[in-house]
Amino acid sequence: MSARVLVGVKRVIDYAVKIRVRPDHTGVVTDGVKHSMNPFCEIAVEEAVRLKEKKLVKEIVAVSCGPQQVQETIRTALAMGADRGIHVEVSGKDYDALGPLQVSKIMAALAKKEEADLIILGKQAIDDDCNQTGQMTAALLDWPQGTFASELTLEGGMLKVVREIDGGLETIKIKMPAVVTADLRLNTPRYATLPNIMKAKKKKIANVKPADLGVDVTSRLEVLKVDEPPQRQAGVKVETVEDLVVKLKEAGRI
Amino acid sequence: MILFRQALRFSSPRLQLACGRCRRYSAKTGAVERVISELRSVSGDEGVSVGLAVREQHGRDESVHRCQPPDVVVFPRSVDEVSALAKICHHHQLPIIPFGTGTGLEGGVGALQGGVCFSLRKMDQVLDLHQEDFDVTVEPGVTRKGLNSYLRDTGLWFPVDPGADASLCGMAATSASGTNAVRYGTMRENVLNLEVVLADGTVLHTAGRGRRPRKTSAGYNLTNLFVGSEGTLGIITKTTLRLYGIPESMVSAVCSFPSVQSAVDSTVQILQAGVPIARIEFLDDVMINACNRFNNLSYAVTPTLFLEFHGSSKSMEEQVSITEEITRDNGGSDFAWAEDEESRGRLWKARHDAWYAALALRPGCKAYSTDVCVPISRLPQIIVETKEDLISNNLTGPIAGHVGDGNFHCIMVLDPNDPDEVERVHSFTERLARRALAMDGTCTGEHGIGLGKRALLREEVGPLAIEVMKGLKATLDPKNLMNPGKVL
Repeated sequence: MSARVLVGVKRVIDYAVKIRVRPDHTGVVTDGVKHSMNPFCEIAVEEAVRLKEKKLVKEIVAVSCGPQQVQETIRTALAMGADRGIHVEVSGKDYDALGPLQVSKIMAALAKKEEADLIILGKQAIDDDCNQTGQMTAALLDWPQGTFASELTLEGGMLKVVREIDGGLETIKIKMPAVVTADLRLNTPRYATLPNIMKAKKKKIANVKPADLGVDVTSRLEVLKVDEPPQRQAGVKVETVEDLVVKLKEAGRI
Repeated sequence: MILFRQALRFSSPRLQLACGRCRRYSAKTGAVERVISELRSVSGDEGVSVGLAVREQHGRDESVHRCQPPDVVVFPRSVDEVSALAKICHHHQLPIIPFGTGTGLEGGVGALQGGVCFSLRKMDQVLDLHQEDFDVTVEPGVTRKGLNSYLRDTGLWFPVDPGADASLCGMAATSASGTNAVRYGTMRENVLNLEVVLADGTVLHTAGRGRRPRKTSAGYNLTNLFVGSEGTLGIITKTTLRLYGIPESMVSAVCSFPSVQSAVDSTVQILQAGVPIARIEFLDDVMINACNRFNNLSYAVTPTLFLEFHGSSKSMEEQVSITEEITRDNGGSDFAWAEDEESRGRLWKARHDAWYAALALRPGCKAYSTDVCVPISRLPQIIVETKEDLISNNLTGPIAGHVGDGNFHCIMVLDPNDPDEVERVHSFTERLARRALAMDGTCTGEHGIGLGKRALLREEVGPLAIEVMKGLKATLDPKNLMNPGKVL
């Protein structure tokens, strides 16, 4: 099989970090804070690598959009088994305002340029929780989509995707080329081993600007304010049911 | 002279009962209330708790020893706070008990004389990672799994794996070990430096502040004095650890044997053949039976070895084939191996669930793990004698062991409400420890002395060594405030 897979990897604040809002309420503190690959993107890379190990896919290209630092994230994908990387340079205000619509335009343009047969993305990023990029990319390319995938199999040019949905599991068959977004139970991603990290240093990362792909990254959204969720108030203990009813009435709840 | 006299004081139990600091403080007396307000002035209201639930939570670990709650629990956020709080405790002669994750197995956190528990979980930063030097410094709130998750994109890991997701500084305090020790060593070999707060608030850097050479011959080895001191010499507030590269490949294998002797012989020969085996675990027939029943497996009910190999993908085949040949020559059968993560997990599930499988043998009972360690050549003899002891005393004690180190655990499943059984288990564990000591071994390979093995420590190292230990304790903690009643 000569399939080429495009995997999107996003650099986000590490899931274990306690997030703090910036004093000016324009966003969260990112300076000096540990960043790593979005966990759902790790799952996406792992799935691509497993497809390659089963010889169902020939080449894995890892893509990330952002400033210089996202190259670390691409390197991690290379250490996990991706073959080469593409760094789409976006920085400054453009990077702060970068969202699913612009990223999906970039992914669509790259998919055409690289003649990709499959795009695997994480279902959502843990910083914005948008859950839109995969779906928008499929729409822009007019490709079928298998989102929230918990199982992925290639069966003769078709993709069988088991999706996690509210009612349980849904199995669909879609034609390739297609977009798949990875859900939590798709696989357990491997740790990048030290020998593989060393080998990954020799793999190539190409630099590209959004303009080169004909994509305008201006955002139509403006963040007005970022606040922490309200602090949880202490509860009040009451002795009797009558007291409870009185208190609920006082609070205007009943 | 003063040191000698102080050392003498601790060797006489009658003297201890007479001294004022052994009076159990109650949170209601004025003295403790004054102290609490001083503690609050350092750590704030949220940093000091006298709530019963919080105190009980900090008075127990995962051992069978009963809960002994402290009078107060403090939650310092920095080493300066720890030092200030310790000074207050020192001034008021209050016992100090360091608390990491409460996952210990020897009752090390019980506040036998009341006092102040220092819960260190708010100090949870990974500091100073040096990838090319393979070292990292962590605070007490960082756990083993937390660190390995933090390191996941660096290709490095900290391999000491005692099973529980324990605090790394706590692991240093108990000199923890685990299934990987045969290849990567225990905490003793992997702690480069410690920052410790002594009972009087002094902050000590055991190898010098910030130092992290891979080896040194500078002065007395203070770092390893504190490793394994179980909170009786100071509060560990930073640990500098040796890291390793995550191996390119991991392969797991299982093999059944006709006898304990053949399993141990295979182990020795595998080590002698120079196979850099990472894990080599022994399960006896009783344990395998329990695992079969718990997990619906069908391993042959006979002594079994679970093995794990780490290395480059090319070396895996060679390691596995050498090992398979050795096991076959020793009468081993049903050699099975797996490389991908899910199959390896299935293969090792029996070993991972051993504790629960043992508990499931007698629902409603509790489990206590013994922990002796002997030279590998004596392992077959001690296991055979121990199994005879179990059978003749009608005790449930499936055996799981780190056979590459000569260390094994009998998971004693007992009904805590049956005083006869409790007594029989207690006598059994004493006999087992003495059996190990008679074979040039130790009464505790990994879990520590804690509360229950102090008499055995004396038998193991001898009265002279105990006096030296007491002298060191008296030098570092003359008022005996650090975790009193443990180890010595």
